[in-house]
Amino acid sequence: MKTLPRVDVVIVGGGWTGLLMAKELGARTNLKVVVLERGAPREPHDYLTDMDELDYAIRLRMMQDASKETVTLRHDPKQRALPIRQLGSFLPGTGVGGAGEHWQGLSLRFSPDSFEIRTRTIEKYGMKRLPEDCDIRDWGVTYQQMEPYYTRAEKLIGVSGKAGNLNGKIVAGGDPFDGPHSAEYPNPPMKMPHVAEMFRAATASLGLHPCPVPAATISTAYTNPDGIHRLGCVYCGYCERFGCMIGAKAQPTNTLLPVIAKQKNVTIRSRSAARRIVCDGSIKDQHAKGVSYVDEKGEEVFQPADLVILSSWTLNNNRLLMLSNIGTRYDPVARKGTLGRHLTHQVSTGALGFFDKPLNRFMGAGASGIMVSDYDADNFSHKDLSFLRGGKFMLLASGARPIANFGVLPPSVTATWGAEWKKASIQWYDRIGAVIFEGEHMSYAGNFMDLDPTYKDHLGDPLLRFTLNWQENERNMSDFSNTKATEMLRAMGAKETTDPARLQNYDCTKYQATHIQGGTTMGESPEDSVLNSSQQHWDVNNLFVLGASTFPQNASGNPTLTILAQTFRVADAIVERYLKNPGPVG
Amino acid sequence: MKRRQFLVLSAASIGGVLVYSLDRKALRLSAEDRAIRIPLRFFTQDEAMIVAAASARIFPSDDSGPGAKEAGVVIYIDRQLAGPYGRDRHRYKQAPFEEGVREQGYQLEANPQQVYRAALKDLTGFDRLSPGEQDAALTKIEDTYFFRLLHRHTIEGMFCDPIHGGNVDMIGWQLIGYPGPRMSNAKDVDQHFGEAFRPKPTSLQEIFKDTRFQPSEDEP
Repeated sequence: MKTLPRVDVVIVGGGWTGLLMAKELGARTNLKVVVLERGAPREPHDYLTDMDELDYAIRLRMMQDASKETVTLRHDPKQRALPIRQLGSFLPGTGVGGAGEHWQGLSLRFSPDSFEIRTRTIEKYGMKRLPEDCDIRDWGVTYQQMEPYYTRAEKLIGVSGKAGNLNGKIVAGGDPFDGPHSAEYPNPPMKMPHVAEMFRAATASLGLHPCPVPAATISTAYTNPDGIHRLGCVYCGYCERFGCMIGAKAQPTNTLLPVIAKQKNVTIRSRSAARRIVCDGSIKDQHAKGVSYVDEKGEEVFQPADLVILSSWTLNNNRLLMLSNIGTRYDPVARKGTLGRHLTHQVSTGALGFFDKPLNRFMGAGASGIMVSDYDADNFSHKDLSFLRGGKFMLLASGARPIANFGVLPPSVTATWGAEWKKASIQWYDRIGAVIFEGEHMSYAGNFMDLDPTYKDHLGDPLLRFTLNWQENERNMSDFSNTKATEMLRAMGAKETTDPARLQNYDCTKYQATHIQGGTTMGESPEDSVLNSSQQHWDVNNLFVLGASTFPQNASGNPTLTILAQTFRVADAIVERYLKNPGPVG
Repeated sequence: MKRRQFLVLSAASIGGVLVYSLDRKALRLSAEDRAIRIPLRFFTQDEAMIVAAASARIFPSDDSGPGAKEAGVVIYIDRQLAGPYGRDRHRYKQAPFEEGVREQGYQLEANPQQVYRAALKDLTGFDRLSPGEQDAALTKIEDTYFFRLLHRHTIEGMFCDPIHGGNVDMIGWQLIGYPGPRMSNAKDVDQHFGEAFRPKPTSLQEIFKDTRFQPSEDEP
């Protein structure tokens, strides 16, 4: 294996977190930084002509190529794990910018209590109320500690919204359940399509607290603190699964790449797939020496470095640590070990309403919509309910594209093809409102990741294996959300509503959300977490891990804003503390 | 080498003026042309006739508007099957192929090309049946994986950008009032409440006249 000249920092993965860390280190230090990205290079102007539903949203042109690499899935250890042969329930990215290129742009803060979920839940409800096998953990960081970083992340990407809690003062029109913001959002809320206004009026009439979804698809032209200028959204309806044609949606390529391009000390190597983090020293006192990877010519090379940052999304953050024998793998029988533990996804349910008037649903943006947080977190009493925690109800006007939306029908139509089906599908196509529910997924002892004993990737390394299923808490939460969503749709004036089925087994064929979390979690002790609260590996001081793999459990909000805030926080820890005195930063 | 196959349709049977973009070239036909010869990439002529007939029963041409026949759904499916999608270029294909539970997704080895080829063999003569007999034959197979694919592909062929060979003349978009990609809805997004706002559809190639698109079906 060829060994390259030593660099100061090697960053594995060129998505939101890896490129943000590269930009911060590039701006604040003289360190020589190399970013390894397995996929192709990308530029902001790549997207001008990409408004093709078939190739992008259906054939998934921007996503990880499942023929090379996927994960296997089983619901429990008794079942045979089989590969997810084509992507479905979640859509990992690849290429420069990663999934940050094709995200939807919802930019929510997590509820303050979600960072201390274990302590707060036990305090209020007692250990007995925790579901069987529930393994929720505190993060080792509080909302108050995260707040300044949330504000920096919001300025970086120019979030459009209305803060409902400014320094503890509740402000009308925003989310009154949100934690205190130290500053108003950088941009005003987006324009609201009709169907979102119907949802706002209906939920207000039910006594709830509707507010605009905080959006990274910005409402107006904006220049961020790095001097990056982006245009306001034009509501074309091609956000999630697409790159933004005009750069109104914040993406690593339009927000970070132009800054990095001017930094002489940062290099991005695309088509460079990391295979191992190479360490020496004893198991409990390891030192990372660098990263071996397959370069664009297909040759395996070794890049030595003093500091390794792992930022390759949840799947590869876990798999690379497992393949590199770093840390203690989780043993689900003994319930010991940490690596691979705390795998969570997102409860994603809801109902459809059918209306008598056309809604012009082709117009909208990924994150233009209205949400209510009245049934999120612990914002409502769970005393008489059969579940803990909750989620957000939203009506998003994201642009209803025709292939995905044709043929969605009210329960009164039973035909599934032919003349009657066609006629009804044409009639209802533009008269549908979807109330979605994004609910918290707590961690459980039985939901985890390890290496698959059978299936391999295209290089011959084992695939990651999910052992994952919904538990009663999520099923009961989904029943509750279905009832509430239906009430909201009726209040909007729906003529008919769907009657969603109870959440059953985890289904990899149905899109849920691209929010896969856990496995390399942060926390307060090496017995319970892989990383300390600065996201530094407990056993390898010169290794930091970024992204949602660090979340001890899922919170109801979309994870992107939180992983950006975390990355700013880790950058501070590295620059202000680690580099001055390399060792544990705590 | 396989002899090149053509789909030969009588223009009168489709009716009206159609535009098929064949191999990236627009071809305008009128009812005076007696027959249309469309070069096929994957199907044999017999197979294409069956797929054309079956997709036209799923999405018929009737009082509620044109259907799969006018939109060129069979041409769309032919191209998809000949391209990377039909060959499972991006699906995880490593053995062992074992039967799983439904929530683990499709686990069989057969790619879309093979699924179609096998199923179409069982439908030999389908295109010569009466509409009622065709519906009965489809009802018998409506729970099969093949039928689910055909159903999905019919919708795709009705509503894809015309660059992919379906949705000819944006006939599918006109049917449901979808305008296709628009460079801006900023002035309209919070207007037109309660009324149908239906801008004239435009396709990607119409908006970006000088761009040479490479649709996924033309990729290696």
